[in-house]
Amino acid sequence: MAILIGKDTKLITQGITGKAGLFHSQKCRDYGTNVVGGVTPKKGGTTVDGFPVFNSVAEAAKATGANATMIFVPAAYAGDAILEAADAGIALIVAITEGIPVMDMLKVHNYLKTKNVTLIGPNCPGVVTAGVCKIGIAPGPIHTKGRIGIVSRSGTLTYEAVHQTTVAGLGQTTAVGIGGDPIHGLSHVDVVKMLNADPETEGIILIGEIGGSDEEIAAAYIKENVKKPVVGFIAGASAPKGKRMGHAGAIIDGTGGTAEAKIAALKAAGVTMAATAGEIGRKMAEAMKARR
Amino acid sequence: MKLHEYQAKALLRQAGLPVPRGEVVFTAEEVPAALVKMGTNSGVAKAQAYTGGRGKAGGIKLYKSADEALTYSKQLIGMTLVTKQTGPDGVKIEAVLLEEASVIKRELYVAVTLDRARANIVLILSPEGGMDIEEVADKTPERIKKLYPAWGRNIDASMAAEGAKFLGLEGEQAKSFADILEKLYRLYQAKDCSLLEINPLVVNDKGGLSLLDCKFDIDDNAAYRQKDTGGDENAGKDPSEVEAAKYGLSYIKLDGDIGCMVNGAGLAMATMDTIAHFGATPANFLDVGGSASEEAVTKAFEIITSDKNVKAILVNIFGGIMPCDRIARGVVGAVKSTGLKVPLVVRLEGTNVKEGKEVIETSGLALTSATDLEDGARKVAELVKGMK
Repeated sequence: MAILIGKDTKLITQGITGKAGLFHSQKCRDYGTNVVGGVTPKKGGTTVDGFPVFNSVAEAAKATGANATMIFVPAAYAGDAILEAADAGIALIVAITEGIPVMDMLKVHNYLKTKNVTLIGPNCPGVVTAGVCKIGIAPGPIHTKGRIGIVSRSGTLTYEAVHQTTVAGLGQTTAVGIGGDPIHGLSHVDVVKMLNADPETEGIILIGEIGGSDEEIAAAYIKENVKKPVVGFIAGASAPKGKRMGHAGAIIDGTGGTAEAKIAALKAAGVTMAATAGEIGRKMAEAMKARR
Repeated sequence: MKLHEYQAKALLRQAGLPVPRGEVVFTAEEVPAALVKMGTNSGVAKAQAYTGGRGKAGGIKLYKSADEALTYSKQLIGMTLVTKQTGPDGVKIEAVLLEEASVIKRELYVAVTLDRARANIVLILSPEGGMDIEEVADKTPERIKKLYPAWGRNIDASMAAEGAKFLGLEGEQAKSFADILEKLYRLYQAKDCSLLEINPLVVNDKGGLSLLDCKFDIDDNAAYRQKDTGGDENAGKDPSEVEAAKYGLSYIKLDGDIGCMVNGAGLAMATMDTIAHFGATPANFLDVGGSASEEAVTKAFEIITSDKNVKAILVNIFGGIMPCDRIARGVVGAVKSTGLKVPLVVRLEGTNVKEGKEVIETSGLALTSATDLEDGARKVAELVKGMK
């Protein structure tokens, strides 16, 4: 079952004729995802490596029945690309693009409140349901079908957690990279709720980083509602205050967002914290064993 | 992207907001003409720098004559200003804002910024203007009010009135405050601000409101469409950070002695943390990004090794989009072309890891391989400890 995506997912790619858009469309198809086409304005009617290209998302949706999209459109146009997908009724929008202005994302955020769609990202690696379906840029082969659900703000740390749970023999149900931007679609708590409700998911890994308060909000939910074992890790304990650490959202500002506060909140919620990113898989394996 | 006070005030003035009359000068020769334009020979000379705490550091001077204005401008232009926020190196002053002095009756605080958790723009108000607002928030949180205007609309009259009341403004002052609040809110959006802070907003002796000082920061992601503000994308950054950015590298210099090269911001932070966990200190944050070329990897190496404090380097790559063998070739190429004077530990995992390890092993270079993140961090930490 897993969450968000599966064998019924029909994916299109916005920006499919770009280098990254095409490359990752191919990789998703190789993984087994049903990639039904893509969108590039003014290139409608052509095909690229067997993918039919459409001028608009509405056209693509009508012709292919697509129910998911991944966005590789350049940052200046990516906000509009998300709105276009929402207007066309695409239920799941995964925005890979990095560097979208915050004001554009505020507009998107407020518009999506009026629509029944799910946004993942932007500035995210996407989502993988192990062995079944992949949307985004995560390396497919590191995933193994299994029991652990993963949610993370960072791409490469998602890969670490996937790799480590694979090595530990646990495998994954679905791994979701929610992205490193301050204004984003799904947040930690949204994904934790889904994983908690998913019968195939037996344990949850939550990876956060400095900045914002997503992790604290998830911690409050976990404390009251989650019985499955949860392992957490927060990146940025050694980061200086006031410096943006790569991700637009990874900054400790006047309002808080320190690793210390997040770790304390998660611990108080009964989450087992990994002291380093290297022991996430090991901690998860221990927590699974300790279950009654 | 940050704006100087004089640039920010020009934008505030354009938006119809009440700011004191002022003229910017870049050389002392421009002072007499600036005074004539302002029509007064007394005022405040303010050093233009992207930092707070200028007053305490001697960057703000009151002048009472044309001679004093000239003397102070000469003093300030070219000086290195060291404030609490700049660190010991300070910043060089290249411009001075000459501004009419205000007779201050009250100092208030107004800021517009983003509330991430609510995904909403927030207006922050306090009657404690002229103070460090973080301190106010910490010690007397009841002296701070936050208002959340609804997206896509003007600020409600009732919300503005609530704010005015909180600040103790009535009648005409409350009216003009509502106007200021609305204009700031619109300017914040139009200019893609991340922070628009007026500290202080003063009530002057004539009962009028005036925006005396401001911080005007623009979202880096929107810098491409806000170039005409005159903002500086490189303000407050180390030259090596600016150089790195040209190659698509995200680099931040730190104080430690272990250089790091990592792909992905989260993994780069986690690598720093793991080094710290094993009792050593990272010299930098460096994310080479998801699709770095061999050239960018070489550049990353040059930047890391140009830091004199670096005693050892840890390369930690989880190959996703970027295959390990490409990184490995970049590393080997960089070592061969730049020479390597410090030990290097390499950890590769992910896409094409076998090919990547082969590139390292057959390179003939004295590199230490690590099996995972912890192993790599432990090895590099031990190497540096062994040197001490």
